[in-house]
Amino acid sequence: MNGKVLLTSAEAISYAVKLVKPEVISAYPITPQTHIVEKIAHFVETGELDAEFIRVEAEISALAVVIGAVAQGIRAFTATSSHGLLYMHELIHWSAGGRLPIVMAVANRAVGAPWNLWCDHQDMMSQRDTGWMQIFASNAQEAHDFIFLAYKVAEKVFIPCMVGIDGFILSHTAEPLYLVDSGVAEAFLPPLDFPLRLSNQNPFTLWPILEPPLYHRQRQDLFTDMEKSLKEWEKAFEHWEELTGRRYLPVEGYMLEDAHTALVCTGALSETAKVAVKQLRKKGEKVGLITLKLFRPMPKEHLLETAIHIERFIVLDRATSFGAEGILAQELRSAISGSRPVHSYIVSMGGKEVFPENIQEAYFKCIKYPEGATLWS
Amino acid sequence: MELKDFSYEGLSSGHLACAGCGAALAMRLALKALGDKVRVVIPASCWSVIAGRHPDASLKVPMMHSTFEVAPSIATGMKAALRRLGTDHITVMVWAGDGATYDIGFGSLSAAAERNEDIIYVCYDNEAYMNTGVQRSSSTPQSAWTTTTPTGKLERKKDIITSMFAHRIPYIATVTLAYPEDFMHKFQKAQKIKGFRFILVLAPCPTGWRFEESRTVEISRLAVETGVFPLLEIENGIWKITVRPKMIEIGSYLKSQGRFQHADPEEWKRAVKDQWDFIEKFAGGQHGCDSAL
Repeated sequence: MNGKVLLTSAEAISYAVKLVKPEVISAYPITPQTHIVEKIAHFVETGELDAEFIRVEAEISALAVVIGAVAQGIRAFTATSSHGLLYMHELIHWSAGGRLPIVMAVANRAVGAPWNLWCDHQDMMSQRDTGWMQIFASNAQEAHDFIFLAYKVAEKVFIPCMVGIDGFILSHTAEPLYLVDSGVAEAFLPPLDFPLRLSNQNPFTLWPILEPPLYHRQRQDLFTDMEKSLKEWEKAFEHWEELTGRRYLPVEGYMLEDAHTALVCTGALSETAKVAVKQLRKKGEKVGLITLKLFRPMPKEHLLETAIHIERFIVLDRATSFGAEGILAQELRSAISGSRPVHSYIVSMGGKEVFPENIQEAYFKCIKYPEGATLWS
Repeated sequence: MELKDFSYEGLSSGHLACAGCGAALAMRLALKALGDKVRVVIPASCWSVIAGRHPDASLKVPMMHSTFEVAPSIATGMKAALRRLGTDHITVMVWAGDGATYDIGFGSLSAAAERNEDIIYVCYDNEAYMNTGVQRSSSTPQSAWTTTTPTGKLERKKDIITSMFAHRIPYIATVTLAYPEDFMHKFQKAQKIKGFRFILVLAPCPTGWRFEESRTVEISRLAVETGVFPLLEIENGIWKITVRPKMIEIGSYLKSQGRFQHADPEEWKRAVKDQWDFIEKFAGGQHGCDSAL
């Protein structure tokens, strides 16, 4: 396909999944994720995707079905959001500990109580310490492309990966994008070769009780392999650029060359923040933008390199660590090791609208205050 | 049926079960019947330990440990993958305790049954959370002592067989250790049927039921002969009593175990009668004992 097509990020993910050809898909409906699996169910029903679609009774079972399938050595997919992701939590740990190369799309949505259907990153960031890789898309093209990249890296390092798309802002908003060509998909993603798969020829027991010293070592392996996966992400991004011409980085910089202050964010907010940066530049402010695409593994070195000359960071968070500060702010502070001021600004929880003007406001508010206090929009 | 038909040993010696464990013997019989073309999913239970610590494994067939509540869903994914890989002839068996079956995993069990997944679900029922040290489950019989019901459980045991019957699955059976031919015959029959199959194994537990380790099989037999544990088969909705109990005095079962100190034999007599009145209504004369006993 040569021209651009108009799709929501949810549809963009469905089309990517069709080309990735998972053999088992299992899901449970939850807004705003449902469109992803509805479309995939349609592909399976029409025979466009040769796979089994298993309609389960709960999110935790959706992930369980995927775990059961991948452990036999085949590719599988699921998607969820918010409470669905939280309900999966036990198996999020289990599948990472089990080193299964699962890819799951997450339409990022606030968590209750009270009920809220709209976007923030609390759902995915609350799964930060489970051992899954996490990447956040900023637009429909990234949503589409990141599915291929996530499978590529997950199947290389045997660590599962979540692909986050902002609920409604991306999941339900149509944008023009290039669909990946099926030849490109096949060249990029060879069939899954999973060495740990169960077999009756050579039977073994998967995940038996591990004595403390061995368990400790197993966790260390996951930790080191997660760190090493950064190299695989770099390789995958490079290979992707060769095949599609689209270049991605773990950390994306925007108008940073002569900037003193950097705004920092993840997800679709990046697009709004770019407009705000341009507006602030017109007012003479030396400001740029850092967008974290990859959240786990945390690309510390890329971040430090991108921000080497930055004197102050204003982190625009969609997730909160209550009693501490914004989660992304914490992450950034840890990455730069307290060397420069980091302002934590909670820009939007539960879909509170963010316009470029609000980001300008965040900028001017933060530069007036000393570092330390977490400010709310 | 000759015992030599069942020469396969899928359970290694040196497993980590307590002496006299009914659940270990049950696995041995099950694998003898099913053979080695089996993959097993085991949720949190005594069997999470019995299966062995890395690198020792007590099962000679591929096995996956699962979290407590989703073994039927893991098995669903496993079976789907086997179909995709062209190895549909391999039997997928969930091997779960009563905690996973009656309580925490009841939702995923019901869902897998409703989808009629092509798996055998086995509940080895020792009537309490034994792995954590004998706590009450919804399978614990009325008046039985557990550490969380120190003066005896107030409620009746959940009727899992009728619950599964309501799911209209192709095959349901109950088995226990004292009747090994009936046990293995039902497993072999189940293996040949497509769709969701549910087998309830009464697995006496010396530790939790308070009896001597050498009496496991004897107590299993008493459970049947007193009518406490009916041996049944429900094939495509048709109930069949496979072993007609002698209906011996209930006291012999209650006195055999320390857990029933608070049990009232009269109350139990009534409960057993109610149970059999109910079963006879469904079985309606179809109680030819066709397994060689």
